[in-house]
Amino acid sequence: MSLRRAFFIAFLVLLAALPLLPVPEFWITQANYIGLYGLVAIGLVLLTGIAGLTSFGQAAFVGIGAYTAAYLTLSHGVSPWLTVWIGLAVTFAAALLLGWVTLRMSGHFLPLATIAWGLSLYYLLGNIDALGKYDGLLGIPAMQFFGITLNTGRSFYWLLWLLVVLAAVAVTHLLDSRTGRALRAVKGGTTMAEAMGVDTFRIKVTAFVLAALLASLSGWLFAHFQRTVNPSPFGLKMGIEYLFMAVVGGVGHVWGALVGAGVVKIMEDQLQSLLPRLMGTSGNYEIIVFGVLLVLVLQYARDGIWAFVEARAPRPQRKVDWADAPALPERERPPHDAVVLDVKAARKEFGGLVAVNDVSFQVRAGQILGLIGPNGAGKSTTFNLVTGVLPATRGEVLLRGQPIHGLPSRRIAALGVARTFQHVKMIATMTVLENVALGAHLRGAKGVAAAMLRLDRAEERRLLREAQRQLERIGMGEHLHELAGNLALGPQRLMEIARALCADPTLLLLDEPAAGLRLKEKQGLADVLRQLRSEGMAILLVEHDMDLVMGLVDRVVVMEFGTKLIEGTPEEVQASPAVRAAYLGTEH
Amino acid sequence: MDFSIASILTLDGVTNGAIYALLALATVLVFAVTRVIFIPQGEFVAYGALTLALLQLGQLPGTVWLLLALALLAALLDAVAGLKRGLGAGAVGRAAVKALVFPLVVVGFAVWAAPRQLPLVVQSLLTLVIVTPLGPLVYRIAYEKLADATVLVLLIVSVGTHFALTGLGLVFFGAEGFRNPSFWDARFSAGPLTLSGQTLIIFLVSIALIVALYLFFERTLRGKALRATAVNRLGARLMGISTSGAGKLSFALAAFIGALSGLLIGPTTTMFYDSGFLIGLKGFVAAIFGALASYPAAALGAVFVGLIESFGSFWASAFKEVIVFTLIIPVLLWRSFQHGHHDDEE
Repeated sequence: MSLRRAFFIAFLVLLAALPLLPVPEFWITQANYIGLYGLVAIGLVLLTGIAGLTSFGQAAFVGIGAYTAAYLTLSHGVSPWLTVWIGLAVTFAAALLLGWVTLRMSGHFLPLATIAWGLSLYYLLGNIDALGKYDGLLGIPAMQFFGITLNTGRSFYWLLWLLVVLAAVAVTHLLDSRTGRALRAVKGGTTMAEAMGVDTFRIKVTAFVLAALLASLSGWLFAHFQRTVNPSPFGLKMGIEYLFMAVVGGVGHVWGALVGAGVVKIMEDQLQSLLPRLMGTSGNYEIIVFGVLLVLVLQYARDGIWAFVEARAPRPQRKVDWADAPALPERERPPHDAVVLDVKAARKEFGGLVAVNDVSFQVRAGQILGLIGPNGAGKSTTFNLVTGVLPATRGEVLLRGQPIHGLPSRRIAALGVARTFQHVKMIATMTVLENVALGAHLRGAKGVAAAMLRLDRAEERRLLREAQRQLERIGMGEHLHELAGNLALGPQRLMEIARALCADPTLLLLDEPAAGLRLKEKQGLADVLRQLRSEGMAILLVEHDMDLVMGLVDRVVVMEFGTKLIEGTPEEVQASPAVRAAYLGTEH
Repeated sequence: MDFSIASILTLDGVTNGAIYALLALATVLVFAVTRVIFIPQGEFVAYGALTLALLQLGQLPGTVWLLLALALLAALLDAVAGLKRGLGAGAVGRAAVKALVFPLVVVGFAVWAAPRQLPLVVQSLLTLVIVTPLGPLVYRIAYEKLADATVLVLLIVSVGTHFALTGLGLVFFGAEGFRNPSFWDARFSAGPLTLSGQTLIIFLVSIALIVALYLFFERTLRGKALRATAVNRLGARLMGISTSGAGKLSFALAAFIGALSGLLIGPTTTMFYDSGFLIGLKGFVAAIFGALASYPAAALGAVFVGLIESFGSFWASAFKEVIVFTLIIPVLLWRSFQHGHHDDEE
């Protein structure tokens, strides 16, 4: 049994036994608050730490959950076991609308919108007569759980912490899944994730909604724990405090959220009793200390407390349990020599600049086409036109006869186009294997619920088996469990190729795959590409290494200043005076 | 509602809108140059109004001590950084003295001037001189170390800074509100409208400041350097523009605009230590009209926010804030459809 597992079990035992021990009531209350806050902070880990989005409005979602429960129980006598679902449904609708509006735009609009949303909900709650204005709603009945009245801190504790642990485990499971990889992939930008077939907008909305639902659940519990609600715990200040908890604990780690909630709650209490004694009573000193600490944490320990735990008790290596998983179904291959990619007079203008000037070429199954040209010739732009990163100004791009220009990257990826990037785009904090498995995103179908309940394990094994197979094929079988960020540049590029292969493409687009590779690695790469060609893959290769290109490709397209200069076999191109002039200049 | 009420509300809205416009401009400026979403902008508004209020009472405002403390802390940080870089003790000492001269002079003057209840104009100028240097000092202490962090990290820092400054505001000014005397008590009537001298001052100062900023950015080398930094930090640095200097300058402008807005708005409303936040956020909603990038769109947005607010408070005064802040959502929706899919790779 690993150190981590031992600690985890000890933690659960201690957690379960706490109310039975002679602990003063004060600490049970503290533990309950920590659980309530921790639930919200876990949502923020998912949203901020994993998906890279920030919300200051989580307290407002807590408020929705709390007020729904309070109002329905008090005014209509609805059972708490029903109000929780209604609260979640209302939160779902609100979060969906808010996310749908703001997540299309760049990252900082979401936090701004959530600040505004947190403020307006606060004023709204404080001005509605039916909700008791700023006084709130009093006398919410205690919950009944199988005949037991949860009206004491101790009795409430069990239900609360059961839900907290379940939520933490469910989110941990989610992060280690197909959806979890997609969530991590959107953090650094959307181009790579889209190229892997991830609907990044949808996945961001998913993260936002999930975080909101956890907050709403916390609100429901809060209402029945405090037995009274008023707008103040759901204002912007609390929304910011939740974020503070997640950051202090370590915003990338689920269990860090609980640590953060605990540290912040206990510290806040201590400060509230200590500071007035030190400084006199006229000020709200803990808010000053809070603000300063938040800035200091970001300046000096941006990864939070849990990072220290991670460093001392590292995650055990993933157990290989997929050796006998059935292989994933494969796409039907086009017949040898069939035209796979047909670019017809593609044109891209940036304002007055023509970056790609009516370029046409074809790539056939079982053929490697090299696309070469000096820097700035328009190769990468051509690449982006084919992969849907940029829309073409004019012209057509056909994949096996089907027009793909104008389609978003992920749709093109779904049709069987896989690519690598000129500047490696990967998730440095995931292992090589997990990064590569991201490439097989479209070959799996299990979603959030299945991942949380671990109903996705059969599919997951098949995806990981495929990832391992592709890594071994490219000669990286020894690096499966290494963190991708620890690899040198050459292996990172090979990993990108394995990731692309994981998508089971008919057309493979490689953007300078040999840059940064050593000679042996280059030879290995050439061998892999030859083998792929013999299997009927169509490959478009942008590369500066002429030895590699000329010894490998079937045909070469040379571009210069956005225009196709010449197309032919490597021999023809090498003999062309125009190509020499383009690369070396002309003699005068 | 008849025409006279509508025109009164419009005047009210445009007057507040002028203030929001100034704050929106500062927000856009700071974001463009440093990528900081400057939530504490509003604190400078409150500091400006309340510093003047305490000077009016003949008391020494706590912002003076804040200036001294932050200046000392910044000098200390600079000295430590200098020593770490291997500068000699002499050079470090000289730099510290140079950095501390101005704040010390201001603090000294404030201590001397506070009980003397000098004329309102002098006190206003003193207020600006006290509050403006807080901007670059806050930048140095809270943000500079994180200058290359993501927008989101900087935003969280902003929120922390906002917390600290609001809490300090309570310590300095107490929980009571203050209303400053008007700069100009004259009244003019035009039909149903009564135009107060203060309203005229608000318009004139706002327009003058906008023109001055325009000239600064278009005509001066420092203004152009700021614009260059906004377009491309690395490129600006390679051209010899100090991005740290640009950050401090933009924060100084933001603090100056904030304090000035506080002076302008002080006579028209009762200011509390935490009033600045909501005022600043309204400037923010306005800035979002321009996607934090366009100055004219932000200014127009500010007038719009002011109008919505004044008409909203007429129709449903309790829900005035709800209306203003919910407005951000349709605005974002409109921007997102206008700009399509935006994505910043970080």
